[in-house]
Amino acid sequence: MTFSPELEARFSKMLESYPPGRQRSAVVPMLIYAQDEVGSITSELVAEVAKRCGVTPLQVEEVVGYYSMLHRKPMGKYHVQVCTNISCLLVGGEELYEHTCKKLGLGNKEVTADGQFSIEEVECMGACSWAPAIQINYDFHHHVTPEKLDQLLDALKKKAN
Amino acid sequence: MARKLFNEPSPLEVKVISKRFGIDNSESLDTYLGTDGMKAFWKAREMSPEQIVDEVKASGLRGRGGAGFPSGLKWSFVPRTNPKPKYIVVNADESEPGTCKDRLLMEYDPHQLIEGMLIAGMAVDSHKGYIYIRGEYRYLIDHMDRAIAEAYAKGWLGKNIQGSGFDFDIYTHSGAGAYECGEETALLDSLEGKRGIPRLKPPFPAVAGAWACPTLLSNVETFSAVPAIIRDGGPAYAALGTPKNGGTRMVCVSGHVNKPGVYELPLGFNLLRVVNEVAGGIPNGKKLKAVIPGGSSCPVLKADECDIPGDYDSLAKAKSMLGSGGMVVMDEDTCMVRALVRIIRFYAHESCGWCIPCREGTTWLRKILMRFHDGRGVRSDIDLIGDLGKGMLGRTFCALGDAAAMPTISFVEKFRDEFEAHLDGSCPHGKAHELVLSSH
Amino acid sequence: MSDLVTLTIDGKTVKAAPGTLLIDAAKASGIEIPAFCYYEGLTLQAACRMCLVEIEKAPKLMVGCTTPVAEGMVVHTDSPAVAQARKGTLEFLLTNHPLDCPVCDKGGECELQDMVFRYGAGESRFTEVKHHVDEKQWSPVVFYDGPRCILCYRCVRICNEGMGVGALGIGNRGVISEIIPNKSDHLECDECGACIDICPVGALTSGTYRYQTRPWEMQHVGTICTHCSNGCKTTLGVRDGVIIRGNNRDRSGINDEFLCIKGRYAFDFVHSQERLQSPLRKVGDKFEEISWSEALEVISGKFKAALDRGGKFGVIGSNHTTNEENFYLQKFAREALGTENIDHHRTGDVATLLDALSGKQDVLATVADLYKAKAVLVIGSDLAQQHPLLSFQIRADYRHHQAHVYAVTAGPVREDNYAAKSVRVTEGGELAALDGLRDLLAAEGDLTILFGDAIKGEAVGKLVAFGDSLGIPVKYVCLVDYSNSRGAYDMGLVPGPGGMAYDQMLASPDLDVLWVVGANPLKNRALVGSKAFVVLQDLFMTETARQADLILPAASAYEKNGTVTNVTGEVQRVKTAAKVMGTKTDLEIIGLIGKEMGLSVGIWKQEKVFDEIRQKVRGYNVPVPVLTTGGAAQTAAVNGRVPATVRPELIRSSRDTLFTSGTLGRYSKMLSSVMEGPGKIFGE
Ligand SMILES: Cc1cc2nc3c(=O)[nH]c(=O)nc-3n(C[C@H](O)[C@H](O)[C@H](O)COP(=O)(O)O)c2cc1C
Ligand code: SF4
Ligand code: FES
Repeated sequence: MTFSPELEARFSKMLESYPPGRQRSAVVPMLIYAQDEVGSITSELVAEVAKRCGVTPLQVEEVVGYYSMLHRKPMGKYHVQVCTNISCLLVGGEELYEHTCKKLGLGNKEVTADGQFSIEEVECMGACSWAPAIQINYDFHHHVTPEKLDQLLDALKKKAN
Repeated sequence: MARKLFNEPSPLEVKVISKRFGIDNSESLDTYLGTDGMKAFWKAREMSPEQIVDEVKASGLRGRGGAGFPSGLKWSFVPRTNPKPKYIVVNADESEPGTCKDRLLMEYDPHQLIEGMLIAGMAVDSHKGYIYIRGEYRYLIDHMDRAIAEAYAKGWLGKNIQGSGFDFDIYTHSGAGAYECGEETALLDSLEGKRGIPRLKPPFPAVAGAWACPTLLSNVETFSAVPAIIRDGGPAYAALGTPKNGGTRMVCVSGHVNKPGVYELPLGFNLLRVVNEVAGGIPNGKKLKAVIPGGSSCPVLKADECDIPGDYDSLAKAKSMLGSGGMVVMDEDTCMVRALVRIIRFYAHESCGWCIPCREGTTWLRKILMRFHDGRGVRSDIDLIGDLGKGMLGRTFCALGDAAAMPTISFVEKFRDEFEAHLDGSCPHGKAHELVLSSH
Repeated sequence: MSDLVTLTIDGKTVKAAPGTLLIDAAKASGIEIPAFCYYEGLTLQAACRMCLVEIEKAPKLMVGCTTPVAEGMVVHTDSPAVAQARKGTLEFLLTNHPLDCPVCDKGGECELQDMVFRYGAGESRFTEVKHHVDEKQWSPVVFYDGPRCILCYRCVRICNEGMGVGALGIGNRGVISEIIPNKSDHLECDECGACIDICPVGALTSGTYRYQTRPWEMQHVGTICTHCSNGCKTTLGVRDGVIIRGNNRDRSGINDEFLCIKGRYAFDFVHSQERLQSPLRKVGDKFEEISWSEALEVISGKFKAALDRGGKFGVIGSNHTTNEENFYLQKFAREALGTENIDHHRTGDVATLLDALSGKQDVLATVADLYKAKAVLVIGSDLAQQHPLLSFQIRADYRHHQAHVYAVTAGPVREDNYAAKSVRVTEGGELAALDGLRDLLAAEGDLTILFGDAIKGEAVGKLVAFGDSLGIPVKYVCLVDYSNSRGAYDMGLVPGPGGMAYDQMLASPDLDVLWVVGANPLKNRALVGSKAFVVLQDLFMTETARQADLILPAASAYEKNGTVTNVTGEVQRVKTAAKVMGTKTDLEIIGLIGKEMGLSVGIWKQEKVFDEIRQKVRGYNVPVPVLTTGGAAQTAAVNGRVPATVRPELIRSSRDTLFTSGTLGRYSKMLSSVMEGPGKIFGE
């Protein structure tokens, strides 16, 4: 299994960043960067990461099951993550999450038929003072109101088709 | 160019580590050097490792990650003469609900963190540092990588830094979604490519940390305070705060305030004044009901308990904690049951599952509380909820169990009336509704 | 001793060596600190929190399983706070546990049941919905029932640390954490079942035992595994004369709790449909059942006739029968039939080793020694496949005492994973490769050398010379294949002066009688041009049986009392666990043949024969009490009673793997059902 030249470059740099013989350390970052490119954690990917980091596939599987950002099935092209944790909750995070679900007709971790959008209710994402907050893929959006969210999603929908 | 500020600063702030926030290109090395950046590096070069550690001790700096452990003391625990390589590890996992400061420190002033790591390196004879950044902060990983690259390019990292004869390398390392990986030893396991399961202590990281080598692990804010401490001297930094509570700290105000935001305030700054003066008071003239002073794991304070100095010792006296500086403000309309439901759903979701009381306790609590909040509770649930909290407190492997227990116990103790009001299916604040939320 | 630490536990003054864990110190003084995840010999977890105790001056309850004793420490394991904590932990544990004890294999032997019974609360306050996942089958051997699992991680550790396999891991996070197998939906491993035995609850169950019985309906017979030469104690669970379980949970044998798939599950051949249950006589090209008395008459007739006309006898004995049977067989052959044509399938050159060491003290390693050795050298054997217990011991020695392990083999072996040095040679090049290790080995405190059939004949002498030249204490283990290979040699199942050896007997045109006891010499050859009357005593219709003229159904090692000698020369007792209709033990059969012929060589009571062995077989004067109490007694390093003519070319290991066991293995459903079988030596 090979990745894009950029990612391959990142990985070889990554593997060198740990002390000699400690390549296992690259397992978590390698998985999440690879997921961004592959779309999800496939068993082929697990085997590949195991090979590159010198561990057994089982040791990689243990890691995959543990971290909540690693998904075994692909999320949408735009993965909308709404924080409903305490600071967001207090200023409408839960309502915002419900609104998003209705808007996209999805439940937690569900993906639209066209694979464009997916939703996830997530934990505190470190935007508490600018709540309610969401992340679309890795992009933060602060002080999000239902209206602002609609605009965001509509803009993305346009981009999609 | 500088990103638009997340929130307007407050005139009441004492800007020491956030002084570059808002300056154009504050993240560039040149800006940093132009605003007495790296002065502390040269000063530290003139000092012996012992002197550096003593300076940090004198500053009264205490860990900003949550535990508030005296940093100088921690630095002195690292066996600097140990032949093994030693590592500096920055905890940038920032996952405690209510906390969003490390993000700013890395975004606006990455080189301050780098300088802090360099000085720590000199103090404990370490030449490699890792910044463990939560996976959600991908843009910050790239941002730090750029800053690090710039530092290398301009000879501020790598071999023989600026001809000083000191070598230091820094790498970023991405997490992938796990609050528990903020716990220092779980972080180290995660850094080593494993599940984020906490380790038995002792040995403590200072003695056997990353790859079983001596490791100085601290929070972003803690390291970011080091340059100022060395530059202006420990005593000067200490003087900013209250006795045994040196310096300033980044307070993340969130919830029901007019001006939520992250503010740098001296330790000991009155909590009530933070709410009313720094953060502009409660919106729509509502009254204050409660404050979680240091992130969701800290025992909640009722409005009438908030008129106290914001430092480690005063909060301990109030049976709460300064934690990670995440100050969550709740107005009179807040449903405390609903708030607790959400907090517990978080800890249940984040429990690593290693030990029984946390794994089973948080989930049991989550189930009761969700049912209770939906109006399907019975009177005995209220005591049960408190009991389960007590059943976890002090009995779990790591502090996550306590982090879930402390809010639970304090919410039930201090807002029992609200729990009772839910028994007839109604919520005093009209917020009780079937949670359509995933129960993870 | 003065360097002991003194502390107080529940008012009792306790002394313990520094570094001792509280839980062990308490146990030693008769105080139980309950625990699930703590397991002697495995890494510490402190995960279950069941072992919380009160230590005066400590701010909170402390974990007994990781806290070392300290001078003046005052500990309470019986305080209200501790009782409360235990109740709480158990209540937590039961919240997602299915409580399906009535249909659980573990019921009655379950540590969770016992803990709740002793320390738990009467009722649970849990009224929410439990988390459920369905049971999974991971292999013919291993089933996993997630909801019952209490996540003590014992299985993960025994597999990874104990077995060196690492086939089990932890999946998911938090309350939905579960144990996962190495091949996503199934296991590829040793199939040893250690994970099942070590599971404190019914989460891991075995394909053979599950839903068979309630534990209290079984009798438990501690005997010795009849497969490989390592001599593991296996406790057979027997109900109504049927064996339904094998384990060593009481850790009573030389194998502690170790057992491989054969010791735990390959007892099923006993009740195979293919067992012979009546004497058979060849009529034309068919066999017809005859009675025992008829059979004995025929045999005695043939034997007498041969004797009278001074005819030739050939006797081939077994690697599986007891010392008593082997001794009695060769005695009968020599004294009654007057022949020296006696042999068995030799799998290792014990003879030459004993000659080379004869008379020396402390030169033969015991299984226990392997756990203490400072250094171990493995020559020409894939221990994990061929000698799993020895491999287990050496691994434990490495884990607990950082032993230096050296492997000189023709291919990759499990020992490579932690070996101080591994040397790859082409088969036959083993001895030559040793010089390269000389300096390393000479620097060790002591050394134990294990060698397979790659080293035989004069090579053995050279090996011992090499050992002597190192100038450090050296012990040896000559690796042989089967449960009593060692005993077969020691008892004298070898040709005496002028006697024919194994191959000669099979090739001899003028043999009058070929008497085969519990062996399958004609496995891959036909008995051509032989006029011999072939008598066979065995369990199954083997290749040899098909070429026999008369077959007597014999009892297996699990159906008789006696002694066997394992690969390290340790004598242990086998005990009767089951009975199979129509069979007789080989000892009785030989006795009856003698009786029928009127040529008795002494009564054939097992105890009597063993007494005689202790007197007559050099090195076998072992203490009886040790054996009767289920222990192992090592024989002395002196050669057996028969001056054997060593025929190195006859010595060959049959190279059984973890999943084969000579002819016997073919009749074990469990062995033939696992996908790992037949397994590879020097595999990968
Ligand atoms: C469950 C849990 C989560 C934690 N999360 C964080 C975190 O996100 N960031 C952090 O700096 N410290 C976190 N901590 C505290 C660390 O364990 C550790 O005390 C701290 O990083 C040490 O740095 P300091 O001395 O600068 O505070 C957490 C602790 C626990 C028990
Ligand atoms: S308290 Fe136990 S289960 Fe919870 S996070 Fe810590 S170790 Fe994991
Ligand atoms: S609570 Fe939503 S970002 Fe912190």
